[in-house]
Amino acid sequence: MRPRRGILLPLALLVLWHLGFLCAGFLAPYDPGEQARELPYAAPARWQFRSLRPYACETIDPQSAGDNPQASCYPIRFLVRGWPYRFFGISCNLHLFGVASPRRVAIIGADAYGRDVWSRLLFGGRISLAIGLLATLISLAVAMVIGTVSGYYGRWTDELLMAGAELFLIVPWLYSLLALRAMLPLHLSVSATFLLVVSVIASLGWARPMRLIRGVVLSARERNYVLAARGFGASDAYLLRRHVAPATSGVLLTQATLLVPQFVAAEAALSFFGLGISEPASSWGNMLAVLQQYSVLISYWWMLAPAFALVITSVMYCWLAQAIQRSLKSSST
Amino acid sequence: MCLWWLLQLLAVFCLAAPSPAPLQPKEEVQISQASVGQYGGRLVVGLRAEPKTLNPVTAQDSVSREVIDGIMADLVHINRATQQSEPGLAKSWKVSDDGLNYTLKLRRGIRFSDGQPFDADDVLFSFAVYTDEKIDSPQRDLLVIGGQPIRISKLDQYTVRFTLAQPYAAAERLFDNIAMLPRHILEKPYRDGHFLEQWSLSTPPAQIVGLGPFRVKEYLPGQRIVLERNPYYWKADLAKHRLPYLDELVFVFSGTEDARLMQFEAGETDVVNRLSSQNYSLLSRQGTGIQLDDLGPSTEYNFVLFNLNDLAASHLPEIERKQVWFRDLRFRQAVSAAIDREGIVRVAYGGRGAPLWGNVSPGNRLWVNAAIPHPARSLDTARQLLRSAGFSWSTSGKLLDPRGQTVEFSIIVASSNPQRMQMATIVQDDLSQLGMQVNVVPLEFRALLQRVFQNYNYEATILGLGGGDADPNAEMNVWVSSGSTHLWHLGETRPATAWEAQIDGLMNQQMLTLNYKRRKRLYDQVQQIIATNLPMVFLATPDVLVAAKPAVGNFHPAALEPSTLWNVDQLYLRRQQEMARSR
Repeated sequence: MRPRRGILLPLALLVLWHLGFLCAGFLAPYDPGEQARELPYAAPARWQFRSLRPYACETIDPQSAGDNPQASCYPIRFLVRGWPYRFFGISCNLHLFGVASPRRVAIIGADAYGRDVWSRLLFGGRISLAIGLLATLISLAVAMVIGTVSGYYGRWTDELLMAGAELFLIVPWLYSLLALRAMLPLHLSVSATFLLVVSVIASLGWARPMRLIRGVVLSARERNYVLAARGFGASDAYLLRRHVAPATSGVLLTQATLLVPQFVAAEAALSFFGLGISEPASSWGNMLAVLQQYSVLISYWWMLAPAFALVITSVMYCWLAQAIQRSLKSSST
Repeated sequence: MCLWWLLQLLAVFCLAAPSPAPLQPKEEVQISQASVGQYGGRLVVGLRAEPKTLNPVTAQDSVSREVIDGIMADLVHINRATQQSEPGLAKSWKVSDDGLNYTLKLRRGIRFSDGQPFDADDVLFSFAVYTDEKIDSPQRDLLVIGGQPIRISKLDQYTVRFTLAQPYAAAERLFDNIAMLPRHILEKPYRDGHFLEQWSLSTPPAQIVGLGPFRVKEYLPGQRIVLERNPYYWKADLAKHRLPYLDELVFVFSGTEDARLMQFEAGETDVVNRLSSQNYSLLSRQGTGIQLDDLGPSTEYNFVLFNLNDLAASHLPEIERKQVWFRDLRFRQAVSAAIDREGIVRVAYGGRGAPLWGNVSPGNRLWVNAAIPHPARSLDTARQLLRSAGFSWSTSGKLLDPRGQTVEFSIIVASSNPQRMQMATIVQDDLSQLGMQVNVVPLEFRALLQRVFQNYNYEATILGLGGGDADPNAEMNVWVSSGSTHLWHLGETRPATAWEAQIDGLMNQQMLTLNYKRRKRLYDQVQQIIATNLPMVFLATPDVLVAAKPAVGNFHPAALEPSTLWNVDQLYLRRQQEMARSR
């Protein structure tokens, strides 16, 4: 299937969106864990342009600024050297923008510890999106294998696998994770937590797409060309590879675009409840967890930034899913 | 029509709070020195949970105690504002020269909330219940001195004598919060062995009788408990009007602190206490129309606690391996030197708190040792201390112990306490600058307590203590090696270290010393030893932050708990005209 024009725009935007998070080190002016305790919940810097040069202005009490209200503005520099990070294993220290030390620029504000929310949003997004993508990949792979076997062989195999899938659908995943977490050691490293979250989301998320794939396989195996191929002596492996599996590609693609945002949100929910990625590493979920405090929720709007990022991610994936569906419909007619 | 009016009048009569009974000539009421207020109105207060019981002898949780404080009274009371003891149901007391006998004179002519008289027999009965081993009251431990329960004898109908097995400093403070029970109501169930079932939340209100300013009117599960004026309360104001002024005191069950704040903002409650600094700032940003009080540092102290328990029987080899570091004083001193306490106060308490280097907060004015040094944060000092203890650093900057193993440990912290979570994150960041890998593990509070008190399965934790009585005797169970809250090494049969033995000696000595100055000198030494040996690495104390509607008169919150309702018998609601005048 060649990509249609309607798919290209959402696809390009999504690629760009993910690329931004991949280049978090370059786009983030500060180490996401670096604390500036003298600036808890610092408000987003105001921007000013003087002779086309951008300046970041701290929000300060106008009375204390006296006769020199411009005193708190300082120039934004581009392509500056700063804290070191690794990009695909290469050590780098080049950043898109920054200000001369010891000043700090918090373009969308700071959290309770004075950490830059923009930098944490980028690095958190990297973890959250990676979890969403990886969990989708695994769950679709599992769904594909089980759904195909179930739909193709039918009879007791189908009944057994469907019963298994239904069992997974009714599992209360939050409580299962709580129980699983209680059995594991108190502390898990970020990478171990990452794998745990991915495996939990994937293992509980495969059942729904599996039922759809099974339905497609059930229909595909009865098609005339499949029956004809079988009549000519084609093996099951050949039929599955050559005729049945390709019929599921459309479902797989639309399911993938729907599952990624769903799984990113699942990660956010897990971390929100303290079961996901733990501090000081950031993820959208653990960044949102602080909003459980009423005072933070109503006082510091910039702490909602990960929620906006989640919404944008979901909207873009839904847009792509719709575009794929439209494209599939038009190609079938 | 007439019948309608009659019914309405009857309804008003039935629902109205009882009027205060006129003062009797022979009634020895206590005259309150607070401003004279006005009768009427209901004060609504948010509680974070429902009380579990209304039985003062068995109540353990602070929520139950908060409600019980409204309906019960004690012989001698600690004034939460002055932190000094003052007469309660006992109008005076005398201490014998040897400090072993306390003779208390009771007020004459005073009555319980059902109108029955109070006398020495009620005191005798109350102490018999509190010291009964079968009842196992949480207050019993306080009433056992020198291994023996306090003995009580009746000298006449209004005089009782308490005899102690050994002298006990400020023993009159023990009577605070020991509620006097109505013998005429509770003696029979006590003799029949049914005392523990008495005064639950399902008990009919008329059967719950006390000497406090209020009595129970109704309890609605999941919603509220309503107290109404005790018409026979034994205090009066300067104009000889019987207290309390309020018709009703209503406790609504709000849940979290945030829910309590929202109810206060919505005007559904009149008073809110134990505010976090963030919620306090939120209220202060709303401008006028609220009485906001920052009462300064509380007596609570928060600290990092390393597990120094004896783990021989626990089969926790990994923690035992790390205990070699924790037991090294230089390691604990290095941790202390590396922690940014000012940062903790700024981040966790929004600047409304005080950094701590010892176990006594500056909020405890009578007992704090001002000579305890307050060294500034110094990573260089911390590194020197670690180096002198044989620690070194890898090329990547990780701290290695003398055996070459990386220094990594976990701090468990209550997930329900955002301030302590923030402290843990700051400590984690500070210690990472020394090359230590610290993991913060949020845990449900009960699970955390189980690890700290029962199975010792933790490496380090952040906890808080204090907040109750400011007297050093209230801390005996923490600092004496055999104490039930000797957190860093529970279950010691004898002091594990020389300095713990020294603390044991000094704490016992101050307990037997009756002179304040001499006690202070002894307790100063205890604080000095603790600050030097750091069984806990002290972090910070929050300010006591409270708020009330401007209509609440005589609102004088105190640093000690219950900070807002300690003088609930004097609180009143101002009328509109008076408020307009005061504006």
